[in-house]
Amino acid sequence: METPFSSAQPGTAPPPAVPLPNEPPSIVARNVNVWYGDKHAIKNVSIDIYRRQVTAFIGPSGCGKSTFLRVLNRMNDIIEGCRVTGKITLDGDDIYDPRLDVVQLRARVGMVFQKPNPFPKSIYDNVAYGPRIHGLTRSKKELDEIVEKSLRRAALWDEVKDRLDEPGTALSGGQQQRLCIARAIAVSPDVILMDEPCSALDPIATAKIEELMDELRQDYTIIIVTHSMQQAARVSQRTAFFHLGDLVEVGSTEQIFTRPQDRRTQDYITGRFG
Amino acid sequence: MADHTVRSFDEALERLRDTLLRLGGIAEKALTEAIAALAKRDADMAAHIVQRDAELDGLCRLAEDQAVKLLALRQPMASDLRLVVGAIRMALDLERVGDYAANIAKRTIVLAQLPPAISVGPIQRMSRIVQEMLKDTLDAFAAHDVEKAQSVWERDEQVDEAYNAVFRSLLTYMMEDPRNITPCAHLLFIAKNVERIGDHATNLAETIRFIELGEEMLKDRPKRDDSPFAIVEPPAGV
Amino acid sequence: MSNQPAKDGIPLRSPQDAAGAAAAAVALPREAVDEAVVANRSASRHTTAEAEKRLRRRYAAQRRFKAYGITAIAIAVGALLWLLITLLANGLSAFQQTYIRLEVTLDPALVDPRGDRSEESIRTGDFGGAIRQALRERFPDVVGRERLRNLFGLLSSGAEFDVRDKVLADPSLIGTKQTFWVLASTDVDMLRKGFFERQPDGGAGGRLNAEQVAWFDQLKAAGDLDLRFNKRFFTNADSREPEMVGILGGVVGSFLTLSVCLVLCFPFGVAAAIYLEEFAPKNWFTDLIEVNINNLAAVPSIIFGLLGLAVFLNFFGMPRSAPLVGGIVLALMSLPTIIIASRAALRAVPPSIREAAYGLGASKMQVVLHHVLPLGLPGMMTGSIIAMAQALGETAPLLMIGMVAFIVGIPKGLTDSATVLPVQIFMWADNPERGFVEKTSAAILVLLAFLLTMNAIAIFLRKKFERRW
Repeated sequence: METPFSSAQPGTAPPPAVPLPNEPPSIVARNVNVWYGDKHAIKNVSIDIYRRQVTAFIGPSGCGKSTFLRVLNRMNDIIEGCRVTGKITLDGDDIYDPRLDVVQLRARVGMVFQKPNPFPKSIYDNVAYGPRIHGLTRSKKELDEIVEKSLRRAALWDEVKDRLDEPGTALSGGQQQRLCIARAIAVSPDVILMDEPCSALDPIATAKIEELMDELRQDYTIIIVTHSMQQAARVSQRTAFFHLGDLVEVGSTEQIFTRPQDRRTQDYITGRFG
Repeated sequence: MADHTVRSFDEALERLRDTLLRLGGIAEKALTEAIAALAKRDADMAAHIVQRDAELDGLCRLAEDQAVKLLALRQPMASDLRLVVGAIRMALDLERVGDYAANIAKRTIVLAQLPPAISVGPIQRMSRIVQEMLKDTLDAFAAHDVEKAQSVWERDEQVDEAYNAVFRSLLTYMMEDPRNITPCAHLLFIAKNVERIGDHATNLAETIRFIELGEEMLKDRPKRDDSPFAIVEPPAGV
Repeated sequence: MSNQPAKDGIPLRSPQDAAGAAAAAVALPREAVDEAVVANRSASRHTTAEAEKRLRRRYAAQRRFKAYGITAIAIAVGALLWLLITLLANGLSAFQQTYIRLEVTLDPALVDPRGDRSEESIRTGDFGGAIRQALRERFPDVVGRERLRNLFGLLSSGAEFDVRDKVLADPSLIGTKQTFWVLASTDVDMLRKGFFERQPDGGAGGRLNAEQVAWFDQLKAAGDLDLRFNKRFFTNADSREPEMVGILGGVVGSFLTLSVCLVLCFPFGVAAAIYLEEFAPKNWFTDLIEVNINNLAAVPSIIFGLLGLAVFLNFFGMPRSAPLVGGIVLALMSLPTIIIASRAALRAVPPSIREAAYGLGASKMQVVLHHVLPLGLPGMMTGSIIAMAQALGETAPLLMIGMVAFIVGIPKGLTDSATVLPVQIFMWADNPERGFVEKTSAAILVLLAFLLTMNAIAIFLRKKFERRW
């Protein structure tokens, strides 16, 4: 009889289910610490994030996963009293270098938020806003093309092509979230950060977003923060588990969900958190 | 390990482990009794064992049902997922152990009707190793003891060696006297069944390691069963 | 077999067990199920007599609470209605005025002293004399200075202006005999409107003697004395004569003052609010500013008047009674309100919109100008209009800077002496003459109409620009 697992090579650890891509990581974070006033929200986190992969951040509420996500495009700059140390590079550029322009950084690192937040403007203007402020287009025709391409990429074009003038807020929740994704794509970022993008959506809309993420990872580095471990397992190739501001464990999603190395990860994903 | 936040999840997992341990207990007992019946040439006892195989099959299905329900309703992750998946594998292995024990019992019924010509001592000795392995496996499962499971896995070598010895000796008996062929053939199958049970015990040990650590055994499994290559020359002058 | 459901709701027992339980549930006859349901109900702690009593008490408390609220609203609505009804009862009559019909001979010697039909000539004409002549012709038997003075007392001193204006508009009337409705005096007006009691001696209201009342009756019987629409009330400024007063002076004064106020405090208020809300760092200094803005909103308005008097009039030497100064003072008073309202409007813009814009790489300025301000503007406008409405009704600070003066002319510019509507009301209310009572109420009605209009505009703006997000 064949043993169910026969391929182990003597003396080596089992290989990760998804081999690390050959290319260097897109985002490299080293010894990142974040303080909110006196609160030490992120403790010495080092992580590599690769292109053409979905990386999921999981962990209990208040573990710092959203904070760390926001550190990656300096959205925490808006927050009063937030301090970041350590080094984070995006394709080699230190994103906390004072010479690096935060506006430019956010054009390279797009973001999709927990609650769908289209601007109270038309669908067209929502998508066109980013290209407009960054001056990406020279003509109306070019802008039209970007809007159409982004909406197509976000799998929303067929649903809205006849009503681009209608307010984005009139769409359903799932459509609004796809509109927000289209809006982020329109700026042609390298990285898309998603902060619990499906937490306000029903399962069907969630499935559409997840399908979209799988599609988008061909071209973008995607990082998703999610409360749903099933979602992390479904959409991501790599998973990082945060707990109390520590990055406890990072590895291939399959490894994290079948044989996590750390007791805390194990307890969290099996639902044993005390 | 800490308890689940959802207590009923813990209870369901505990029930699954109980089912497996009951299944293991019955399979172990079936093997022990089958070998005892063989030694005592006790056809009644053997018949009883054959009847009880149905119970084992029922328990195996129950374990599978429980595992499927856990998968569907709880979406277990990590160690829980491994336990549930491992449980399905263990249930199948244990069910096979029961089947082999029943098969031994059936052949014992036949052997009991033949004159006692061949010693079953070697098979008994071989079986003792396998019984020990099976017991240790179940203990390892109950106690989450990976070391013990590892030791079972390593003992499979001894079984294979014992089996080779039995195989060769039975071949010689058959060559000595053609009347021995019928009991020897049955005994050969019995020995093979015991050896297979040993393999299943090894599987169980591997599954236990998978359940506990999510890892496979670190070395290639020792395989010393060279009976497929065995050639015994008939003694000269017959 | 036990009928207890599995503790976790998932019957992870033997399959036979589960199947048996399901079979038992199906097999139970409907009547038995009904009985069991009733039995269960009577066992519940929430269906006992005591529980139902508790429930009734709870509902009774809720009804009582609702009744308190309804009572409070009824009292408020009643008070408001009472106020409105009183105002309407007192004030509506002011929109009509008593006029006397006279056949006036426009003698060129009297009305066109230079005889060249020019405007200057007509302006110097003695129209009063012509009207008095007409009245004497109407009552030819009245002789003697005393009786004639009483007779002429039926007319308002402003009566001649109506005739003069008509002639100015059409000089060809000179030399002809025309029928004019000329303004009666306030006493006649009061008698006509029934505000004067007739006295046993034949007089009325202590102001008209028996003969005057007789003339009044005679004119009225002949249809030569009647109430007509009081156009003057909307075109005149203040006057000593109640029959001649108008609110236009006050309305224009209020308009000028509020224009100054709006021009000053809306841009400053909105700018301050945007800076404080979006750009200012949060530290003790901005906290201090915030506390002080809130305090300023609560400072009595008279203090702002004193400030205006001391700073703008005495120190900078700005003109007294001018809408410019009034507007500045009211702007100082409204600024905190507008800042507070605008900040609230900015805060009400959901942070998710800001995040979305920042996330796309918008700069702070772009976030504010493209998203926050357009979304906050309706709220800011509403707040500003309400602050303006408040300023429109303000009297005390304006008293301090001399806008309480008696001003007959309608202000033409920001530095002309002017008064405002509420001050006008205050002055009329102060006047003992009976004729001013109805004018006061009428002016209040006009002021209320303005306030309602402004609030309606505020509501309209809010509804129109309010966006859902």
